[in-house]
Amino acid sequence: MSTTDDLLTPAGRQEGPVRVALPRTWWQRHGSTTTVWSLRLALLVLLLGFWQLAADRWIDITFISKPSDIAERLGEWAADGTLWLHTWITVQEIVYGFALGAVTGALAGFVLASLSLVYRVLDPFVMALYSIPKVALAPLFIVWFGIEMHMKVLLAAATVFFLVFLNTAAGVRDVDRGLVDAVRLMGGNRWHIARKVVLPASMTGVLTGLKVAIPYALIGAVIGELVASNRGLGYLINDAAAQFDTAGVFATLVVLSVIAAVLNVVVGLLGKRVNRWKPIDE
Amino acid sequence: MTALLHTSGLTKRFAKDDVATVALRDFTLSIEEGSFVAVLGRSGCGKSTLLNLLAGLTEPSEGEVRYKDRPLSGPDTEIGYLTQSDTLMPWRGVQRNVEMPLEIRGVPSAERRRVAAGLIERVGLAGFEHHYPRELSGGMRRRASLARMLAADPATLLMDEPFGALDAQLRRELQEELLRLWAEGGQTVVFVTHDIEEALLLGDRVVVLGPIGTILLDRAVELPRPRSADALRVDPAFVALHTELAAALREGAR
Ligand SMILES: Nc1ncnc2c1ncn2[C@@H]1O[C@H](COP(=O)(O)OP(=O)(O)OP(=O)(O)O)[C@@H](O)[C@H]1O
Ligand SMILES: [Mg+2]
Repeated sequence: MSTTDDLLTPAGRQEGPVRVALPRTWWQRHGSTTTVWSLRLALLVLLLGFWQLAADRWIDITFISKPSDIAERLGEWAADGTLWLHTWITVQEIVYGFALGAVTGALAGFVLASLSLVYRVLDPFVMALYSIPKVALAPLFIVWFGIEMHMKVLLAAATVFFLVFLNTAAGVRDVDRGLVDAVRLMGGNRWHIARKVVLPASMTGVLTGLKVAIPYALIGAVIGELVASNRGLGYLINDAAAQFDTAGVFATLVVLSVIAAVLNVVVGLLGKRVNRWKPIDE
Repeated sequence: MTALLHTSGLTKRFAKDDVATVALRDFTLSIEEGSFVAVLGRSGCGKSTLLNLLAGLTEPSEGEVRYKDRPLSGPDTEIGYLTQSDTLMPWRGVQRNVEMPLEIRGVPSAERRRVAAGLIERVGLAGFEHHYPRELSGGMRRRASLARMLAADPATLLMDEPFGALDAQLRRELQEELLRLWAEGGQTVVFVTHDIEEALLLGDRVVVLGPIGTILLDRAVELPRPRSADALRVDPAFVALHTELAAALREGAR
């Protein structure tokens, strides 16, 4: 029995597959991730270098600014506190708006899609509301909610809501009948079906909704600030652009990208946790 | 012996726009308590439709199913049903799938784990407790489904081609396992299969279905138990039955 050392399963039945420990080197574990990240970094450096070069030689920096100016501007703003003040405001608007839209969207999607008749009746109305460009709502929201922070939160939430709602509802309506019947056969009631089948089955839809909604949360918050505000990154863009300060505009855009990237990572981690059962593509 | 499951004038139509597909027409059958009924029939003759009705999953268009002398109005936890297609929850590992009927019944988790471990061992999936269904082969999924059905300890077993996807050796083992279970527990079994030999090896009674569920042949199998596949093949009584069933199936095709 010399082979039992590397067998993880007791050798009960010989016809089944056998599981063995797979010793992997550091490079086998992390090699492809390392390669991808190094290449990403290289690409970024290349792009920035090219931008810098182009700004120095060929194109007027009033239009495209240049990386060194942008970095300098970020440094100044970080030092005098401008950056933190405005970023904090916008981050709050985005996070509250995203959370509000996501929670209400997922709940509404889950409940309404479970009530087949209600969903069929409401479907065209929902689509009509969804199709309204949310930017067009900004003036109306100012009238309703004023120009304080909740106007921006609600504007961000409005778009996030529909995206999460529609994806959740699609997930709920796509649930395999066979799985529902399996729970019925086990003596499960509607509550069991909702919790043990519909909820896990619709998680994929919820996550897709969250993922596609991230940029819209940013759009909602920033548009709100552009339209009416004296604080936040949207205001900062407006202010900088009014003074032809392209470096300032780009600096703000950099901050917005960082916020979006962080949100993406958070949702990505959530997705990994929830979709563990999905086959990993090799 | 009393009739445990009884159907009378059972008809099932599937409506689609203005046309209806008749899957089963005026089907009447009585199944005695504790018997092992093998149902044979060609593809599309309404076997799965019949089992869905017997399990209470679908409503008959006409007629009724009676279980223990009461009309069956929905699924009953006493009736275990192994459906033709896999219905394991893809987001649960083997063990959590097998535990599921007990979970719904409110059995405490230590007890659930104990029962599940025993059944997983029995169907030969030990070591794969935490694998998701997509990480298993078709036959392994089938065995996990079998374990899940048995976890509820049903008194009546409806099985729709349970061993179709398995290799001959494994099928033999699971057939023996099923017979052992039946001999010990005295369950009532309705077993759908395409395989005449399997029907004769397992059943007390073989029902051959023709199109839309017409009963072409309904015959007791009086071969002595325990039956061994190798010994049966040369048994004249078996050969005669085999020929008779094959002829009935052929006739159904016309
Ligand atoms: N949900 C459904 N909607 C419409 N028609 C159906 C449905 N289910 C079954 N049928 C029809 O009913 C007939 C019988 O189907 P059934 O699944 O009972 O066959 P079967 O005997 O189990 O066949 P197989 O051996 O291939 O599994 C088929 O003609 C099929 O087209
Ligand atoms: Mg079938």
